[in-house]
Amino acid sequence: MADREIELSEPLGEKHSTTCYMCACRCGINVYLKPGENGEKSVRYIEGNRDHPVNQGVLCAKGSAGIMQHYSPARLKAPMIRVGPRGSGEFKEISWEEALQTAVDWMGPLKEDPKKLAFFTGRDQSQSLTSWWAQQFGTPNYAAHGGFCSVNMAAAGIYTIGGAFWEFGSPDWERTKLFVMFGVAEDHDSNPIKIGIGKLKKNGGRFVSVNPVRTGYSAVADNWLGIRPGTDGLLILSVIHELFRTRQIDLDYLIRYSNAPFLVIDAPGTAQHGLIARDKNGVELIWDSAKKKAVPHTTKGVVPNLTAEVSVTQGRKKVKARPVFTLLAEEYSKAEYAPEAIAPQTGIAAETIRGLAAEIAHVAFQEEITIEQEWVDMKGEKHDRFIGRPVSMHAMRGISAHSNGFQTCRALHVLQVLIGSVDCPGGFRCKPSYPKPYTAHPKPHARNAKGDTGPLAGPHLGYPHGPEDLALDDDGNPLRIDKAFTWDAPLSAHGMMHMVIANAHAGDPYKIDTLFMYMANMAWNSSMNTRGVIDMLTDKTEDGDYVIPHIIYSDAYNSEMVSYSDLILPDTTYLERHDCISLLDRPCSEPEAVVDSIRWPVVEPNRDVRGFQSVVLDLGARLGLPGMVNEDGSAKFKDYADYMVNHERKPGIGPLAGYRGKDGDKAGRGEPNPDQLERYKENGSFSMTHLPEDALFFKHANKSYQDFAVDMGFFDAPQPVTFNLYLEVLQKFRLAAQGHGDVQPPDRLRGRIETTFNPLPTWYAPFEGADLGERTEKEFPYHALTQRPMAMYHSWGSQNAWLRQIHTKNPLYVPSAICDAKGLEDGDWAWVTSWHGKIKVEIARMEAVNDHTMWTWNAIGKRRGAWALDKDAPEATKGFLLNHLMNELLPPRKDGYRWANSDPITGQAAWYDLRVNIEKAEAGAEVSEPVIPAQKTSDKSPNEIRYGLEWTK
Amino acid sequence: MTSLPTQTNKKLGLVIDLDTCVGCHACVINCKEWNTSGYGTALSDQDPYGANPVGAWLNRIHTFEVTPMAHSAKPRGQGVGEVIGTAGEARVVHFPKSCLHCEDAPCVTVCPTGASYKREEDGIVLVDEDKCIGCGLCAWGCAYGAREMDAAAGVMKKCTLCIDRIYNEELEEIDRQPACVRTCPAGARHFGDLADPNSDVSVLVKERGGFDLMPEQGTKPVNKYLPPRARTDLGVGRSFEAAEESTENADGLLGWIDRALSGTTRSKGAR
Repeated sequence: MADREIELSEPLGEKHSTTCYMCACRCGINVYLKPGENGEKSVRYIEGNRDHPVNQGVLCAKGSAGIMQHYSPARLKAPMIRVGPRGSGEFKEISWEEALQTAVDWMGPLKEDPKKLAFFTGRDQSQSLTSWWAQQFGTPNYAAHGGFCSVNMAAAGIYTIGGAFWEFGSPDWERTKLFVMFGVAEDHDSNPIKIGIGKLKKNGGRFVSVNPVRTGYSAVADNWLGIRPGTDGLLILSVIHELFRTRQIDLDYLIRYSNAPFLVIDAPGTAQHGLIARDKNGVELIWDSAKKKAVPHTTKGVVPNLTAEVSVTQGRKKVKARPVFTLLAEEYSKAEYAPEAIAPQTGIAAETIRGLAAEIAHVAFQEEITIEQEWVDMKGEKHDRFIGRPVSMHAMRGISAHSNGFQTCRALHVLQVLIGSVDCPGGFRCKPSYPKPYTAHPKPHARNAKGDTGPLAGPHLGYPHGPEDLALDDDGNPLRIDKAFTWDAPLSAHGMMHMVIANAHAGDPYKIDTLFMYMANMAWNSSMNTRGVIDMLTDKTEDGDYVIPHIIYSDAYNSEMVSYSDLILPDTTYLERHDCISLLDRPCSEPEAVVDSIRWPVVEPNRDVRGFQSVVLDLGARLGLPGMVNEDGSAKFKDYADYMVNHERKPGIGPLAGYRGKDGDKAGRGEPNPDQLERYKENGSFSMTHLPEDALFFKHANKSYQDFAVDMGFFDAPQPVTFNLYLEVLQKFRLAAQGHGDVQPPDRLRGRIETTFNPLPTWYAPFEGADLGERTEKEFPYHALTQRPMAMYHSWGSQNAWLRQIHTKNPLYVPSAICDAKGLEDGDWAWVTSWHGKIKVEIARMEAVNDHTMWTWNAIGKRRGAWALDKDAPEATKGFLLNHLMNELLPPRKDGYRWANSDPITGQAAWYDLRVNIEKAEAGAEVSEPVIPAQKTSDKSPNEIRYGLEWTK
Repeated sequence: MTSLPTQTNKKLGLVIDLDTCVGCHACVINCKEWNTSGYGTALSDQDPYGANPVGAWLNRIHTFEVTPMAHSAKPRGQGVGEVIGTAGEARVVHFPKSCLHCEDAPCVTVCPTGASYKREEDGIVLVDEDKCIGCGLCAWGCAYGAREMDAAAGVMKKCTLCIDRIYNEELEEIDRQPACVRTCPAGARHFGDLADPNSDVSVLVKERGGFDLMPEQGTKPVNKYLPPRARTDLGVGRSFEAAEESTENADGLLGWIDRALSGTTRSKGAR
């Protein structure tokens, strides 16, 4: 029988390449547009772009569901002004002219007292624009979402090795033989990690997962360590203990690239104690074993000593000093870090910890790999080859989102340095423009350049070198509304967006007038204490005015935050906008190439919406902000696309590094090129500049790379990195806490700073459990945490018609041991309590999870009426947020003060410190609690979708 | 009743690696995205923003937990050598499932109209939607639950191996493969001719011990699954030279460092 005839070669339509935004991964996509019966083009198909260095052609579930996101009924349609009370969802549509004028009427007067404007952006990929805008306005109150995401990882990495995971670096997937992943990290970096795990397995490598929950990537791990939340730091330090005990340390690497030989002053009780000894020019000293004297570490031809106790001259005095390495060896050789000692706290057997250390050591040193390629280091020494220690690691929010997260992340970076695997073949590799030492980053700025108004003196966010860099006024009060860069969180390099609403409501440290936010669902899943935040947003003064007078919000979708705002500036979908993934922001480079990319309107909006970045530039022009207006007062930039091409941060350096110069043949530095965006589009909407072959590894100390970085405009002079095993910056804060220096912490924080600001990575119990004292084990013996499903990205994904069929609700997964102890069965409803709150949820029994830890999917729970979902959608009736169990502050302490529920060093929100109990709920309605009343909505959602029917036969 | 070809020239099918699948659902959604505008009628979704969203899908992932029992796995601590699972240690399995394009496909032979058929050329099992009356017998007949009725069109939908991609001359040659395979981020899905013993997929099945899903059903599925690779416990066989001096505290360590740096003992790294 002959086979039947089928049309096999249907054309796909026009192919346009742009950049995905279904999560923060920044993959390249091809979007096919095809005309329908009426001739109007719509999206036929979205696929991964094969040529794109980030995703190499593949595309995840989120990216593949872009069609449903783009055509979502929850899209905002026009600017709106609130007509009902905050939270009601009652709005009236207005014109853009009216909307922009309203915003100018509110913000314009604030130029006289710029701190009255707080501008905070969420999962914003245009921070180099938005931060510059806030800087030009003159408000100190700007940050994006890093403070509640993974600042601990980023800051610990930058301070330690000048880079960190995801945007700043990645495993060398082609060559690595052992990959160790810590914690919940499935979304950063989504496709590259999946591609990488596939390659690793194909190459016969081993994948070890350290994670309380064995789902997702952990499900295919060769070895799973179901650790107790908040104890990863102990595990890492125990591995370090084992490496010291068995002498599995790369001494040569440490001497060359780290501060292991630097001499630390040993003068207890003095203001110099714990600082690094320096010469007259401020260069750090090391001990030359050959000449038996202290010399600057930059000296050539010395024999650095790692163990001597010596005497050095500092100023006019002789002081004792010891190399950093000695302090390390002493600390981590202590019995308290032995596997047997930490096994009970982590829940990981001592033999497994020893096994992990042995595996790391074996692969690093017995399975060394080499690449024959001559290269020259920063001291001018020639090397014949790159030597690789093929052990790589990855971690993101899982180990970050604890109050001990900064020190845990430091420990992880230090571990990689000790085995010599940072930026070597098979190890962790930085992505250009990283590595970049913290000293090459800006310091934080919170004061105006001149007087009290006009542009700030520099960027808001940065890396303090010591107490003198804090954002405090002359009386020691916080300059910023979020209290970032204060004694509460001195190294809050990404700001503290999660504290803004609480502080603005409390008028602490001062009252603000207008809260301007972008793409951050702060009234719902992005805040701790959701109910409390809603109350703060809707609270009124005795005069009947809102305590936070004005809220301006921009979003593409009818999220929960929309209803709590006064003026809505509707954003476009990701297929309708211009964007740039800029090297001035978080780069999307690969280890071997500099990469940046654009988005452009593949589809024109069919609603009265505008890309937020263009709107911000328009507002900037209307407000007359410097850099955004011409001399005659007219707008300098037509829109964001114009800015992307023509804005220069300094001569020759702009938002996009590719196709610069008149002829488009310059990379990095070069005059603006009017055809730049066209050239990007022709190249799949990205630009890529390969590193020279001799610059591919050891970039922190590689002369060819450093020269390349200067040519590209990353730096104006080489910025080699010395890895900070010992972080002197922390010791400076500790000395202040001990009473040394002019800038002094409040007495209430001295003890905490002394304990937590250890210049060597350390571990202390997470605050929430520690603060509750005896109540912890008695009343809240369990941990609860969230992780993001791979098929969704925050609240964006869970309203997507295709994705929500995968996760329509989020049960609380409870370990079988707890189920058995509490008489809980699959599908039961239970009350989960914390010291702060109580929620009622549906549970599911699970085996492959740490015995003390229950968990659920993040951001599935929705408010009734939001996101164009029906009021009886399971996301609203059965879905829930753990956020109701958390508070942005910890319980009051003995002295009456309440500490933030954050890392004391960076201010990172400690989402995963949560302690809970669980009890079976009485029979009753199977509805999650608390119930937040519905918001009004005019969204009309279809009862049926038959997408693509017009093209089928 | 519809008859099956006695033999097909090729056996096109999928090889799915359960050792690599992380359950991300890329294949599921990309399949829907391609096929809702591809062969046959659209894959509709009912109540897409309501209380009970359901739709027609050609590929789904089933996620479940397994806890190996003592008789089928080695107990912890006895992992010298390779093991697949450890007794009592639960793990999560992500199991993607679509039509397996069986050689003895009961979904074809039960079809009363001849709508359901297996192609002689390449072995793909297809539904001719013009002939389909939506009776649903084929879905009952399928051993794997791999067919879904489209509620809007009333016709049966199933995996076509992206027949409108694999032969599509509008696509670049490299893209002429099923959407699920092209998009899989972990590289856990492979497509090819399983009748050719030298094809990449056949070699993979041989090397990795690929298996049939529920062979006792006698349907001779073309698609194959690859089992998890064997693994070893951490540290097995990783021994270190005995330390030459006390390992009890930092002093012994520092002595070793001094000797290492003065070249009298072995140190790590190339100098």
